[in-house]
Amino acid sequence: MTIPITGTESEETVQGEVPMIEIRGLARTFGSIQALKGIDLTIGKGTVFGFVGPNGAGKSTTMSILATLLLPSAGYAKVGGYDVTKHPQEVRKLIGYMPDFFGVYDHFKTVEYLHFYGASYGISKKDRDALIPGLLELVNLSDKADAYVDTLSRGMKQRLCLARCLVHDPELLILDEPASGLDPRARIEMREILKELKSMGKTIIISSHILPELAEMVDEIGVIEQGRIAAVGNVADIQSRLRVNRFLHVRLAGREDEAERFLRDRPCVDRVHREDNGLQIGFGGGDDEQADLLHALVEAGYRVISFSEAQTNLEDVFLEITRGGGSA
Amino acid sequence: MTKGQAAEGKANGWRIRLINPVLDKEFRLRMRSPRAMWTLFFYLFALGLMSLSAIYLTQELAGRGGSFRPEESRYLFYFLSLAQLGLIAFMAPGLTAGVISGEREKQTLNLLLTTQQSSATIVLSKLVSSLSFMVLIVVSTLPIYSMMFLYGGVSPNQLALVFLYDLFMMFVLGSFGVLFSTLLRRTMVSVIVTYGVTLFMFAGTAILFMVLIGIVEQAYQGQSISYTWVGHVLAWNPAVGMYSIMDPSVNDVVFSVNRWTGGPANGPLIPLWAESMIIYGCLSLLALWIAVRNLRPRHRA
Repeated sequence: MTIPITGTESEETVQGEVPMIEIRGLARTFGSIQALKGIDLTIGKGTVFGFVGPNGAGKSTTMSILATLLLPSAGYAKVGGYDVTKHPQEVRKLIGYMPDFFGVYDHFKTVEYLHFYGASYGISKKDRDALIPGLLELVNLSDKADAYVDTLSRGMKQRLCLARCLVHDPELLILDEPASGLDPRARIEMREILKELKSMGKTIIISSHILPELAEMVDEIGVIEQGRIAAVGNVADIQSRLRVNRFLHVRLAGREDEAERFLRDRPCVDRVHREDNGLQIGFGGGDDEQADLLHALVEAGYRVISFSEAQTNLEDVFLEITRGGGSA
Repeated sequence: MTKGQAAEGKANGWRIRLINPVLDKEFRLRMRSPRAMWTLFFYLFALGLMSLSAIYLTQELAGRGGSFRPEESRYLFYFLSLAQLGLIAFMAPGLTAGVISGEREKQTLNLLLTTQQSSATIVLSKLVSSLSFMVLIVVSTLPIYSMMFLYGGVSPNQLALVFLYDLFMMFVLGSFGVLFSTLLRRTMVSVIVTYGVTLFMFAGTAILFMVLIGIVEQAYQGQSISYTWVGHVLAWNPAVGMYSIMDPSVNDVVFSVNRWTGGPANGPLIPLWAESMIIYGCLSLLALWIAVRNLRPRHRA
């Protein structure tokens, strides 16, 4: 692909690898509120990037700017080498955007809905006829092709919206909370589709509140907090920068309050918090130290039902980073 | 390729050029909603009821079996045309003041804005689809108009000009509706503002004219003047514009002061309806330009 170098008025072009997303000093204010305070981010082609952070941190604002729906107050954002403010039309060709909240038109059939957006991207009727059945199959809506979109369930609408994002075969998918409001089964279906898209080589930037479900499919995560990037990198990298390198899960037969205090005073234990079915321990030691901890618990007379290493997930990492005010 | 296929391909080519995806969607969705049928029904019902009442009253006042009087049926035509304009003024803001803000409220606008459709295509398609529906309504009133023709007294030219003026005012009010729908986030506010502007065009300008002409008459203290600039205020009034098509003598009357008897009139250079079309034509184009510019965020170079 030939890409013009943005920011200059010349016809100069570059060949080859350009990051799919390049953000430098991006800021955005809404009146007196500073939603983004100068973020920097680079996302390579084919990467699945998990964008995490609490509500109001600036995820949706960043995504709206990338989708050409908002202008930055300062800094710049480039998609595929095109500046989103200077070449929005080129950027729109490259992106498929799924907002956190979206509506559908009444009295429109599923297949007509996709035809409409396909035509809006300039795809011919013949090509759309060939493309749409495959898209419906990808999102498991083939049997709903003639159903009116306003009669579909929320999960089906989310999947239809994802199919709409893909109608022009974009290189980059910007998915803002694609699984919000979905029941567990619908979330699993959405995750499977995203895995399929990842295998197709799409670059995906995805924000989600259901972090554990993202963990196994994202290549990198960026943690945003109060309009600033708190941490960015792959999950293992970020984790290694933390004091915690594994999480332990302990179930006891009683005396949990007492055990919580006891554990906090043990070596290598960074934090302990209560969960519904036991205690979660942020642990900075290795196998030997882990064995010592179990021994100490038993020695102290606690009745241990189970003591295991918990699967590390994005939520833990996120909590760890944001707990220290983004000090990671 | 057979001749038939070639013709079909050509027809499709024209269709693609003339009907863009947004327009196609608007046509499709509007006519699928039962609201379209009910709107058409109530419009025809209201206009039909008004016309039949007017015919009945005219006949009643003239005495049954009265002779054929084209003068009176001309007044029926005036009444019907002004009633039609009133209904258009009532409908156009309602049909257009929510076209963009409605998409925003339904959370479909952002999806549309990230497609390849230009802002101009989106705004103009929304306007054209709303206007097309209003054209359908106005054309469907032709049988009611044809009742007036049974009584005579109206020239085909006048009828054509009245319909043209109706179409023009739809475009004007539609453009204002689209503008406010783009600038204001909420449909309710947009509808209220558009109706406010419409009310000013019809009632505000008439009141302003009466106040100003009163002041001018006082100033000239009974002296007869054949031309005053105050008459131009009524060029902003669509009802007067329409009336000037049907009764051209109004062009002289509104520019005169204290002039009750005959004598050479020195009215405007162009009739009021033409002046009205120039003013509102420019304002509509300006409104559409602002709407197109403000649909998407703009980069200031």
